[in-house]
This record gives sequence, C-alpha cells and structure tokens, in this order.
Amino acid sequence: MITIRGVSYEIQGQPILRDIDLDLPRGGVTALIGPNGAGKSTLLSLIARLKKLQSGRIGVDDLEVGKCSDRDLAKVLAIMPQSGHVSARLRVGELVEMGRYPWHQGRPGAHDREIVAETLTRFSLDALRDRFLDEISGGQRQRALAAMAYAQGTDYLLLDEPLNNLDIAAARHLMRLLRDMATGGGKTIVIVLHDINFAAAFADRIVVMHEGRIAADGAPETIITQDLLTGVFGTDAEILTLGARPVVMV
Amino acid sequence: MARRFVILGLILGLSALGYMTLGAVGSWSFLIPFRGAKLAALLLTGASIATATLLFQTITANRILTPSIMGFDSLYMAVLTVLVFTLGASGYAALPAPLLFFLNLGVMSALGILLFLALLAGGRGDMLKLVLTGIVLGILIRALSSFLQRMIDPSEFSSLQAASFARFTHVDPLLLGLSALVSIPAIALAWRMRHRLDVLSLGTEAATGLGEPPRRGQKQALVLICVLIGSATALAGPMSSGFSGPSNFLGLIVVALARMVTPSFRHAVLLPSAILVSGIVLIGGQTVMERVLHLSTPLPVVIELVGGLLFLVLLLRGSRQ
Ligand SMILES: Nc1ncnc2c1ncn2[C@@H]1O[C@H](COP(=O)(O)OP(=O)(O)OP(=O)(O)O)[C@@H](O)[C@H]1O
Ligand SMILES: [Mg+2]
Repeated sequence: MITIRGVSYEIQGQPILRDIDLDLPRGGVTALIGPNGAGKSTLLSLIARLKKLQSGRIGVDDLEVGKCSDRDLAKVLAIMPQSGHVSARLRVGELVEMGRYPWHQGRPGAHDREIVAETLTRFSLDALRDRFLDEISGGQRQRALAAMAYAQGTDYLLLDEPLNNLDIAAARHLMRLLRDMATGGGKTIVIVLHDINFAAAFADRIVVMHEGRIAADGAPETIITQDLLTGVFGTDAEILTLGARPVVMV
Repeated sequence: MARRFVILGLILGLSALGYMTLGAVGSWSFLIPFRGAKLAALLLTGASIATATLLFQTITANRILTPSIMGFDSLYMAVLTVLVFTLGASGYAALPAPLLFFLNLGVMSALGILLFLALLAGGRGDMLKLVLTGIVLGILIRALSSFLQRMIDPSEFSSLQAASFARFTHVDPLLLGLSALVSIPAIALAWRMRHRLDVLSLGTEAATGLGEPPRRGQKQALVLICVLIGSATALAGPMSSGFSGPSNFLGLIVVALARMVTPSFRHAVLLPSAILVSGIVLIGGQTVMERVLHLSTPLPVVIELVGGLLFLVLLLRGSRQ
C-alpha cells in the first residue's frame, strides 16, 4: 500500500501540492487524471523520490520514502517519468536491461536476461532490440521506456502519461498489459492519463487532481460526470453511457 | 569488441617499443631507465586524463567537455607564482620536489572539489553553471598570477619561467612514484564505479528510479576527477610547459576516439578503451613526431590543433541533432 499523508509541495513560494492525503491499496489500476499543471507529475515524482519531500510523509509498504535505502525502494517501486529523458546513447535492449539494475547491480545473470527477453517480446520490441534510442520513433521510444520500467519487476509501477505518442493499437496493448499485471500478477499500477476514456475503460479507480488537491476519488462510473468536465477541466464535452461505462464525446 | 581491444593493445605496445628503441643514441643502460621513466609518465598522465575526462562527460551528460577547460593549468601556474613571489627564486629552488608535488596536488584537488561541491549544492545539478564558473575562475586566477608575476623581480621572474619548463625535460622517478600512488588508486576507484556510472549516464530521473541517486555518484566522480587532473598536472606540468602536460584537448580527443573505436555506453568498455587510446596518442604521437619525423613541434601543439578541430566538429554535429 502507498500511503500519502499531509504532503504539500511548493516551488519558490508557489504552492503546487496542497496537503494531500491518499491511500493506494495493493493491487489494481489507479488512473490519475486532471488538467495540465494540476500536480499529477509532481505527486508521482514525490512518491518515487525523484523530487524531495518538503512536508508530509509517503510510505510504500513498510518503506518510508526519503528515509529508506534507494536500492530497496527500487526493488519495490518503478517509475516511468513523463519526460523520459535518457542522456546516454544506448540501444533498446541495453535500456531494458538497465531496468534490471536494482537486482543485478551491473552484472546481469541468466534470470535477468530471461526477463529482458520476455519483456522485449511482450512490448513488441524484438525487432528494435539493437536500434539506438535516438534512431527510433517517439512511440517506439515510449514503449522502450515503459518496457524498462516493467523489466524492473517491482510490485508498484508508476507511469506518467505512458500513452504519449502511442498509436491506438500500442496504447490498447499497453493498457491491457497493465490490466493483466494488476489482475493476474497482483501488481499495483498508478498511471497518469489524459484520455478519460482510456481511464474509464481500464482503471479500477480514478483519482482526479485539480490545482494541487485531490478533487475526486472513486470508481470510474461515479467520477466521470458532467460536473467533472465543467468544474475541473472547464470544458463542456458530452458524456454518454455505453453499457455501464461512461464515454466522453470529444 | 574483444578484437578491438587486442588491436588497441598491440598498437600501444608497438608505440611503446618504438618510443623506447627508435633513434637511440648513447648507452642502453642509460637510455632504458631514462626513457622508461618518461614512458611511464606519459602512460600515467594519459590514463589519468582519459579517466578524468570520461567521468566528467558522464556526470555533466555532455560529450564535448573536458575538465581542463575549468582552468586547472592556471591554478598550477598560480601556485608556482605565489611560491616564487613569497619565497624568492632561491627559496623556491630549495623546496623538495615531493613537497611541491603534494602542494600542487593538494591545492588543485582542494580548490577543484570546493568549487564543484559549492556549485552542486547550489543550482540543482546545473552543470552548465558549474562549467561557466570554472572557466571564469580560471581567467581570474590567470589574471591574478600574471599580476603577481609583474611584481616579481625580473631576474626572479625568469627563474619562474625556467621552473615551469625545466622540471619536465626529464622525469623525476620520485615524482613518478608519488603520482602513481595517487593516480592508480583513483583509476581503480573509477573502475569500481563503472556500473554505477552506466546508471548515472542515463540521466538524473532514470538513475534515481533505479536506486542510484546521482548526487552521491557525481560527488565521488568529481573528487576522483580533481585528484586525477591534479596529480597529472603536478607530475607533467600544465600544457604551457611544452612537454606532455595535460593538454586542453587531449581528454576530448581520446574519449571521442574511444567512443568511435569501441562504441558502447558502458564504462567497463569506455574506460579501458579511453586509457589505451590515450596511451597511443601520447606515446605514438611523441614517437612519430620526435623519432620518425624529427619535428621540433611539441606534441601538445599538435594535440591542441587536432583537438580544436575535433571540438568544432563535435559542436557542429551536436547542434544539428
Ligand atoms: N520547475 C518548475 N518551476 C516552477 N513551476 C513548476 C516547475 N515544475 C512544475 N511547475 C508547476 O507545478 C505545477 C504542477 O506541475 P506538474 O508537472 O505536476 O503538472 P501535471 O499535472 O503533471 O501537468 P501535465 O498534465 O501538463 O503533465 C504546474 O503549475 C507547473 O507550472
Ligand atoms: Mg505531468
């Protein structure tokens, strides 16, 4: 379980997150949605200690973020950040293998290589294995980065807008994969999404952020309402209900 | 990859052999220790600079930087100037060589580390600011020492100039040993960091996510860089000495060549390859220039020229991406 207690964050006096309390129990897919600048990436970065906590506490299972060893946390929680910037020039296969670093510390064994091979196949990256990251398309790169986080083999997986640049097939494929990991593998997935329809289709739970606060939190059917679109997003798209699932008409 | 390392090793071996044997005048019993010490000094300097440059490029995530643009040779001249200024030429000449070595090493490492740490603590990993500050500080130190040089008595000043050249025409075995005692452990530590450096080279966020927070690794690498450059400069003198001193561009050339010859992002590959290439450039270059072509142009001048061109090429290629 990820527990977030009284987390506030500010940059140069500007409040970015305001006193956030949130529990993300083990298992399931939680979608984090909200307008641009709501603080979604900031919250995810704080959980994954990419940014330093200023106030409040965050716990992942029995580890306290900021106090526990970085290596221990890396075996429990993986993040795919929004920017996905990689400075070194390396190949797709090498990148995915680096995802295993918390386990092999630079000396990958047979087990690590097995997982890398399996991950590459799972993310349809076999053909791109030996291509350099700067020589593939944006969507392929995004897939490689998601594969790297997946290969880390952690119980918790945080993904910040992984669907960026993905075509509809790749986006559905990735979401199914995450869905399976949660249902079949008992993993906990937290994913920032902009497409509310994807959130409604694949998430068990939606957390809405707005101006640094949690604006709403619950099952997709209860969260996706006309009020959400007008109140939080400031747009007047229509919502239809297909089966039990709400669908935003864009 | 393994074959390329064998080839690099062979070229280095041939260069060393050529350096030791070509154009031999006088007795071998004199030549072998004399040239052997110079050969060892070249290897040690080359390895230190290659390692320092590779580490610097990794932690700054930039492939066209070398630590020497931070004005290390100006620090060396400053130490020399201050010593002659305060002790006088005769007082300076009376200083034992090991003391000078440690003084140089100490000042260069301490100031380098201080500068780096102060800057790292400030702007969040703003490496560009760090580099610019280093350059400006280098200019400032140079200006200060030339100011002091003007206040030194002209006859003492000429001895200062002589001192900054003469110490390098032959290699003091004691200094060589001291330098090896400092550099080899530093290179060994860099080698031990190789897997962590791979992770750091991915960038701040990726490294943190993999459980390797960059700050600690960056600090450790910076300490190693300062010690390596300090020890190489204290042994061979700065570029201006006209010997094999750490040229501004030597590191840049050898690391760029290493990336071409053994393309990989792994430091387990790049580190030994850069060290081998560095030995080849310094020893092979020295052999060809001195023993084969009989040119009197000092090697650093050629390295500066080639390195300057390479720097421009890298810069232009980088800006096109
Ligand atoms: N380095 C920074 N300096 C100043 N303000 C920042 C900085 N980084 C983020 N912010 C501000 O913090 C707020 C939250 O940013 P965050 O990246 O968490 O938003 P987000 O919800 O992920 O948005 P998006 O959907 O666009 O990715 C924004 O208002 C942003 O302007
Ligand atoms: Mg974001």
